[in-house]
Amino acid sequence: MNRASQKRTLLAFPYIFWIIAFTLIPVLILFWYAFTDAEGAFTLKYLAAVFQKVHLKSLWMSVRLSFVCTVLCLLIAYPLSLCMRSLKISRKWMLTTIVIIPMWMNFVLRIMSWQLILSKNGILNRLFSMLSLPPQNLANSGAAIVIGMVYDFLPFMLLPIYNSVMDVEEDVLEAARDLGAGTLTVIFKILVPLNRPGIISGITMVFVPALTTFAISDMLGGGKVMLIGNIIEQEFLNTMNTHLGSGLSLILMVFILIGMLFSFRLERDQEEYKAKSTAEKEKELC
Amino acid sequence: MKRFCMRFYLALAFVFLYTPILILIVLSFNDSRVRSSWGGFTLKWYAQLFSDATLLTALKNTLSIALISAGIASLIALMAALGVDAMRKNHAVVVINLGNIPVLNADIVTGIILMLTMGRFMKLGYASILIAHITFNIPYVFLSVLPAIKNCNRSVYEAARDLGADAGTAFFRVLLPDIMPSLMGGFFMAVTLSMDDFVVTYFTRGAGIDTLSTLIYGQLKRGLKPEMYALSSMIFFVVLLILIAGNLIPGGAKRRDNDAVWKRI
Repeated sequence: MNRASQKRTLLAFPYIFWIIAFTLIPVLILFWYAFTDAEGAFTLKYLAAVFQKVHLKSLWMSVRLSFVCTVLCLLIAYPLSLCMRSLKISRKWMLTTIVIIPMWMNFVLRIMSWQLILSKNGILNRLFSMLSLPPQNLANSGAAIVIGMVYDFLPFMLLPIYNSVMDVEEDVLEAARDLGAGTLTVIFKILVPLNRPGIISGITMVFVPALTTFAISDMLGGGKVMLIGNIIEQEFLNTMNTHLGSGLSLILMVFILIGMLFSFRLERDQEEYKAKSTAEKEKELC
Repeated sequence: MKRFCMRFYLALAFVFLYTPILILIVLSFNDSRVRSSWGGFTLKWYAQLFSDATLLTALKNTLSIALISAGIASLIALMAALGVDAMRKNHAVVVINLGNIPVLNADIVTGIILMLTMGRFMKLGYASILIAHITFNIPYVFLSVLPAIKNCNRSVYEAARDLGADAGTAFFRVLLPDIMPSLMGGFFMAVTLSMDDFVVTYFTRGAGIDTLSTLIYGQLKRGLKPEMYALSSMIFFVVLLILIAGNLIPGGAKRRDNDAVWKRI
């Protein structure tokens, strides 16, 4: 390590300062609020509050809805990525049209638009009556929330899966086909195992925001469905019970942390795999 | 047949992603205050939005927060990427993983912890929203710039140094142009995320200041003003035009010339 590059590492300091000041310290402050009461005395009652019936019920509801949302996103995104690979859709094109352009229509309006689609006399039911199908009562229900969540989070599932699907080299698939594997065998025996890290990363990228959303459930649940995110939001902004809100947020963070550790480990596995395969390739070339 | 099915599936996904947006654009031309009925084509909401002071203030806040936060985040992230690039590997891994926290963290938690922290030291308002947006923007620019720095051709930079350029000159004349596309990509992503953010802004804004997202959310219960559709559609069109133009011109010709020069040498 020479002096010039030692000096260059100093450039990272504003960034490190920012992480400490606006990520690490805020997390510690959340801990402090969660473990103390209004008088500043140590307590565990706000963490234990998660076991109250209302909170358990909404936590369970959140887990259920976000599970359904994650599964649906995976079922939509994986075949879609395979299609995009076959149709040779470029990364830039897919990033722009699927992730970036929709984001330029305001998030709140985009979700509100689903209210119009799903409501009793909404667009979907008009379409159904034209096709003489029975009208559906989807508005203000768990189903509406799931649809909104799938709509909003699908790109987060698509992005990592698309990347890992595109990383698989055509030679590998060709070899499998030459050896007699059919399309389904290629998908389930070759592609899915190779894409596992991308799939896992997509799952965490969707499950975390789905588990913690409050805006989507507020707009599409019509106040009937209380998710854990809605409870936390109300504790902070309506009842002003900062300590209880912090306790519940901390519990949520534990869920998120588990997800993060999971994805970090898999990423490392993937990097090791990549490093190994490039090393082997170099060996071959020599 | 197989290709047709794949195209059809892709098209279906696009219908799913773009129908809500299309509805909002249609509503922006709807000559009726009731959003569930069509009252004919009009441009009046587009005309009226320019006399709505609340709307224009929210627009100004949204745009300035997006541009300033993306700019500051880009500067911090660029410096960080240069620094991390020079670090020992195990240090770099720690810094990169710590920086990933805001990406993986839930919006609601990011919003709450920043609200609690900044609420203790300052009055929540424009500045706290700005700081919050810088915080969640930094990792996106960082993750976009770091690979570009790792992949750029170091010998050109070293050649410049050998030929007598000081580190600054070599950086601005050689390295920076090389990583500019990634930096601009990260910057644009940051502007997009900041413009679209609702949750973090909602918690860190305090009282008395609105961005477009929080203004719309507040209006939802009372009934949304149709001008809102017009403004949002207008932003959407402008960005769409920029993207289309950018795809056609992106310094492409110039860069190709450079490549040709390199090949000839």
